[in-house]
Amino acid sequence: MHIGIDVGGTNTDAVLMEGTSVLASVKRSTSADVTSGIVAAIESLRADRPFEGSDIAAVMIGTTHFINALVQARNLAPTAALRLGLPATRALPPLIDWPGELRQAISARTYLAHGGYEFDGRPISPLDADELRRHAADMAANGIRSVAISSVFSPVNHDLELTAADIVREELGDGAAISLSHEIGRIGLLERENATVINAALRELAVEIVDGLSSAVRAQGIAAPIFLSQNDGTLMDEEFVRRYPVATFASGPTNSMRGAAATSGLVDCAVVDVGGTTADIGLLVNGFPRETSTEVTVAGVRTNFRMPDVLSLGIGGGSHVHEATREVGPTSVGYRLTAEALVFGGSTLTATDIAVAAGRVDIGDADRVRHIDRGFALSVIDRIAERVAEAVDRMRTSAAPIPVVAVGGGSILLPDVLPIFGEVQRPDNYAVANAIGASIAQVGGEIDKVVAVDPGRRDAILDDVRQEAVDKAIAAGATPKSVQIVDFDEVPLPYLPGNATRVRAKAVGDLDMSR
Amino acid sequence: MSWHITADSISSLARGAAVLGTGGGGDPYVGALLARQAIGDGSVEVVPLESVPDDAVVVTAAMMGAPTVMVEKLPNLDEVVAAIEALSAQLERRPTHIACAEVGGVNSTIPVAAAAMLGLPLLDGDGMGRAFPELQMVLPTLYGITASPLAIADDKGNTAVLSTVDNMWTERIARVAAVEMGCSVMISGFAMSGAEARESLVADSLSLCVELGDAIGAARVANTDPVAAVAERLGGRELFAGKVIDVARATTTGFARGSARIDGERGALTLSFQNEHLVATLDDDVLVTTPDLIVVLEHDSGEPITTEGLRYGQRVRVVAAPADERWHSDGGLALAGPAYFGYGCPPTRFNGMIQEVAA
Repeated sequence: MHIGIDVGGTNTDAVLMEGTSVLASVKRSTSADVTSGIVAAIESLRADRPFEGSDIAAVMIGTTHFINALVQARNLAPTAALRLGLPATRALPPLIDWPGELRQAISARTYLAHGGYEFDGRPISPLDADELRRHAADMAANGIRSVAISSVFSPVNHDLELTAADIVREELGDGAAISLSHEIGRIGLLERENATVINAALRELAVEIVDGLSSAVRAQGIAAPIFLSQNDGTLMDEEFVRRYPVATFASGPTNSMRGAAATSGLVDCAVVDVGGTTADIGLLVNGFPRETSTEVTVAGVRTNFRMPDVLSLGIGGGSHVHEATREVGPTSVGYRLTAEALVFGGSTLTATDIAVAAGRVDIGDADRVRHIDRGFALSVIDRIAERVAEAVDRMRTSAAPIPVVAVGGGSILLPDVLPIFGEVQRPDNYAVANAIGASIAQVGGEIDKVVAVDPGRRDAILDDVRQEAVDKAIAAGATPKSVQIVDFDEVPLPYLPGNATRVRAKAVGDLDMSR
Repeated sequence: MSWHITADSISSLARGAAVLGTGGGGDPYVGALLARQAIGDGSVEVVPLESVPDDAVVVTAAMMGAPTVMVEKLPNLDEVVAAIEALSAQLERRPTHIACAEVGGVNSTIPVAAAAMLGLPLLDGDGMGRAFPELQMVLPTLYGITASPLAIADDKGNTAVLSTVDNMWTERIARVAAVEMGCSVMISGFAMSGAEARESLVADSLSLCVELGDAIGAARVANTDPVAAVAERLGGRELFAGKVIDVARATTTGFARGSARIDGERGALTLSFQNEHLVATLDDDVLVTTPDLIVVLEHDSGEPITTEGLRYGQRVRVVAAPADERWHSDGGLALAGPAYFGYGCPPTRFNGMIQEVAA
């Protein structure tokens, strides 16, 4: 047996799973401190379906804690941003476009140093160890405990980031947390650097949260390993979370998408998650969310780390309805739905009232919406369906047909048949799809490196890289037989001798729960 | 009347420049940051072409290279200045005014940064009235104004000044040097007098950029149609509305070549692009060709979409607008007509109506 828990902003959902079947599920309000909510969730599961601590093989947790800490600018470590690239890049130093409050919240200090590469791998300037030591000494003098290191074109060659990290660690001591940009983002210096600084600022909180989760689970008599969900839907162990807390940022939408897919049995589909305020639409390819190809702004900061591509429409169960235009949203009564909607005795016409008036669902007091013309209600529902269908159509990458899965409490707004796409699938257990998504026990290994592809040996060299990714997934805890390459990308770098090629491989397999 | 660009007006300028960039010119984000850094709390004076003294010394400032490199190896303000300093040493004269070679993407904001750094006024005009991919594709070329001497500066302090026989050679040699210098360099050239600038540049193009940027923002606030506002301000009209159903790309010879198909109620519109949108064809009829402007805007927000940003499923509206009429001269079409870019169709001339010009 294993446990999946999704800690959202409003609710904490938990499921007790045996393989892929749900033995018990609970929904609780999220607590201010993350641990007591987890304890309450596990205790409720136990009340529902008694188990021994030793029955549990793993606990998987998805949490919005880290992204919320950033958005609220709370519990962030004093952080330095060190960039290697002089004499280039000086005019636009690190954190240049950050909101002032967030800079303050991380007591930011920025440093520029020599180093970095040209687009073709030639050095911009050699690393200057003395310069780095001076910067590190200044960091120490200013109470910096976490450092983000970025280097120009480090996605092409990251060796200078590694060397600089060694020098900084010598000065600051082993206690300093160091985050390297090539491990976090892609080409686009400011965006990659920003993501790295965010990761650095969350490192201390990561230690605190992981320790808290761990002791909460141990206190329940569960000795099994604890995993957190990351943006791509695979699991990371405690040690990984301590180093890459930023990798949890989009685990919420990812878990809901993967949960929807798992309960519907589909691996390639579009998922529409309708909540109280928004309808979030994403695409699953091979069981994993498609990632964005553009910048993502988080808490006012432009970043480019790998996030699922999610399109949000202002359509939810609590959306206001504009009678003249028959449009709903984007404003919403949100969590006050059960007080403000007509069917719940309130005085605001919401999308939920329309769903009741259209006869799609029977909740609250249907008499309170008897005065709404059924034709009007149906035309509002049609318009919602049209907008959602158009958004799903925008998300898909080709005209090939694709199944649509609807989850979330607000999915009652969607008709059974969508324009363009036909029948909408509504899986069982859709209310706890997040937690089911978190409980999908898969781990991954990713390799991203520049290799010289000698003529005639291309297949052998690329196979080696694939094998490395597979080995990494197995080392992360995957059952060897289950590991597959889910993503592979090969980009030749121009103007470099020796056919230099950037190769990215990602392998994913099922977590071996017998270990 | 002269006017001022402040750090606050850069967003509108960059947005308007993305409209006139007709799909090319790269992401203006880094260029806008650079201009804001250079301006700080100050401002840059923008002078209309008619009030430039005849004996003014005007030079252009621009970035040359790959926009994708610029977002990684961020440019400095120093090399923007260094290129102009190297040019003025060669000229043995100090420039009195800075001009834009093009108004599209990053090269609408680099001259703002240059003017701010040097404390010089910027001309309200540019060499194209739009964006094109190569250095010689400017109206001053038609007036015999030479790009040479052309100064190039990189981030390391290297500068070079080219002396070339014509503007095509300047493009060829500068492009090779730019790659060797790291594929993102600053250039300055096209030294001309105030009288020459008045005659050869496209007037009021920076004002137009800011107006376009403001119009899109204002239409969204007022819930009116931003696309109609853009079409009206450009003296053009909305050509087509529909959904992008296919984007085919091939990166050959360093430019983003390809085509996009948009399906709408009136049929299928095909856009052929090479960095910029160059030809619009409805089913089998060629509607608009370079040098006229083909602008792709997001259906509802009116935000301009670059050729790199085109994706399956986007709802877009396509606006066509007339280019500066000098582009339709024989010399102008030889520089930047469809034949130069390898398209077999004869040039059309768009002026609100569609009519074919004798080839």
